[in-house]
Amino acid sequence: MTSASTGLVLPGLLDTETIRKDFPVLDRLVHDDRKLVYLDNAATSQKPRQVLDAVNAYYERHNANVHRGVHVLAEEATALYEGARDKVAAFINAPSRDEVIFTKNASESLNLVANMLGWADEPYRVDRDTEIVITEMEHHSNIVPWQLLSQRTGAKLKWFGLTDDGRLDLSDIEQVITEKTKIVSFVLVSNILGTVNPVEAIVRRAQDVGALVLIDASQAAPHMVLDVQALGADFVAFTGHKMLGPTGIGVLWGRQELLEDLPPFLGGGEMIETVSMHSSTYAPAPHKFEAGTPPIAQAVGLGAAVDYLTAIGMENIAAHEHAITEYAVRRLLEVPTLQIVGPATGEDRGAAISFTLGDIHPHDVGQVLDEQGIAVRVGHHCARPVCLRYGIPATTRASFYLYSTPAEVDALVEGLEQVRNFFG
Amino acid sequence: MYQDVILDHYKHPHGRGLRDGQAEVHHVNPTCGDEITLRVRMDGTVIGDVSYKSQGCSISQASASVLNDLLVGKDVGEAQKIQETFLELMQSKGQIEPDDAMEEVLEDAVAFAGVSKYPARVKCALLSWMAWKDATAQALSGAAGK
Ligand SMILES: Cc1ncc(COP(=O)(O)O)c(C=O)c1O
Repeated sequence: MTSASTGLVLPGLLDTETIRKDFPVLDRLVHDDRKLVYLDNAATSQKPRQVLDAVNAYYERHNANVHRGVHVLAEEATALYEGARDKVAAFINAPSRDEVIFTKNASESLNLVANMLGWADEPYRVDRDTEIVITEMEHHSNIVPWQLLSQRTGAKLKWFGLTDDGRLDLSDIEQVITEKTKIVSFVLVSNILGTVNPVEAIVRRAQDVGALVLIDASQAAPHMVLDVQALGADFVAFTGHKMLGPTGIGVLWGRQELLEDLPPFLGGGEMIETVSMHSSTYAPAPHKFEAGTPPIAQAVGLGAAVDYLTAIGMENIAAHEHAITEYAVRRLLEVPTLQIVGPATGEDRGAAISFTLGDIHPHDVGQVLDEQGIAVRVGHHCARPVCLRYGIPATTRASFYLYSTPAEVDALVEGLEQVRNFFG
Repeated sequence: MYQDVILDHYKHPHGRGLRDGQAEVHHVNPTCGDEITLRVRMDGTVIGDVSYKSQGCSISQASASVLNDLLVGKDVGEAQKIQETFLELMQSKGQIEPDDAMEEVLEDAVAFAGVSKYPARVKCALLSWMAWKDATAQALSGAAGK
């Protein structure tokens, strides 16, 4: 309670009092009279009024199918949908708007790349003589598509292991990424450990051997400046609902030459040029990869989310989260028996912090916190290999965002004290 | 949800550890990673022992302890009735307020009534009971086969 009332000020913090007014759900009471403390942002973010309004306005005034009508609404809907693509392209500094493919989420984006490569011709083709490289800290969405591809093609699946302090072990990079490697796919910021990975070292080695690079930026796009040109990767995937946007919209960015060369995955309306009963030709990217009616309202909502984030500034959001994360790491380490799973500093880490609390099972931690209105995630966070690596069944994870406050960190720490008293 | 009875069983579990038995099963709850290895020893038609090794949250641990208390020494028919009553309570979504008759059957296990309101936790409470049912069926069919 103390610092909630004293209003602790840390350097770099945003004006959360103003920001929080844009998020209706943050005012909610839960369990009758508890103030909601929402610390499950790595699972999904809350949505500001501006995004909700954009989605509503789309349905109330402009709803039509895109790219296929000559009437007013069809033209407006198309302009809004394509306008969202422009906004996303600018947000990630894409050289061309045609490099931005809308999908339904990051999982679909990652699966799309795996399938493009499975069906591709040389020199991209993944087959039995080639290798795929991932890491032990991937989300299941960046493991399973590669396991499937490996099983179907006979390609060998390899991965980077982890160090004891929750970072990638790149000491054997030359054995892991070799001349046989076709694709290296890794997470920029881990959703379970919070680790920010060293992109440059991996991209350089991949380029040396002529392998493509796919970066899972699901936990990066919401929280930091994402510049696809600076990253130097070939593909970047992320998901709208973690960055203030609606569910049902994701993004795959890919280099234009690759998108021209690689084959489509899903076939249908929208992705064709001409169709006869014998064969078809395909529309140029990005449409080649967007079969069927796309998530139009969701794209419009994501465009509004990008506007919102840009107005605040991604540097400012990153600075805010860095301050909150450093404070949270420091406060959490004061809790007896608490152990952080992942980097135990604020350096090169994102705002998701996993931990264990003595022998108390994360389910019990989460439940007692919930009774106090504090929402955290418990379990293996779709990254079970990480739990296996550290010999733990599960973790509790608190994750912060642009509206999180030091008072919420204090509430978490107090909540954990209650958990300890309860099960101690 | 966390009744004192549950916390007591969690902190001081009854019958824990693996001992002799005619059947052994291993059950997991994939959503949270709770696990149990459970053995049943039948003495004729009486549940001679239920021994177990488990890992998981307070609800799953306490539930295994209560199970051991309730079922060991009972005739298998009666034990099955207790299991069915517990299952009914846990699947009630908080709608059943245990009455005296139910309390007579379930004893300490009525403390889990509150858990039935939390869909994510019902599986935790049922883990050991499902394992027991499975192991008992195996022990009985093994005995019949011999
Ligand atoms: C690192 C990472 N990759 C991929 C995903 C998958 O995102 P989605 O479920 O929206 O496809 C998530 C989200 O859970 C994530 O945190």
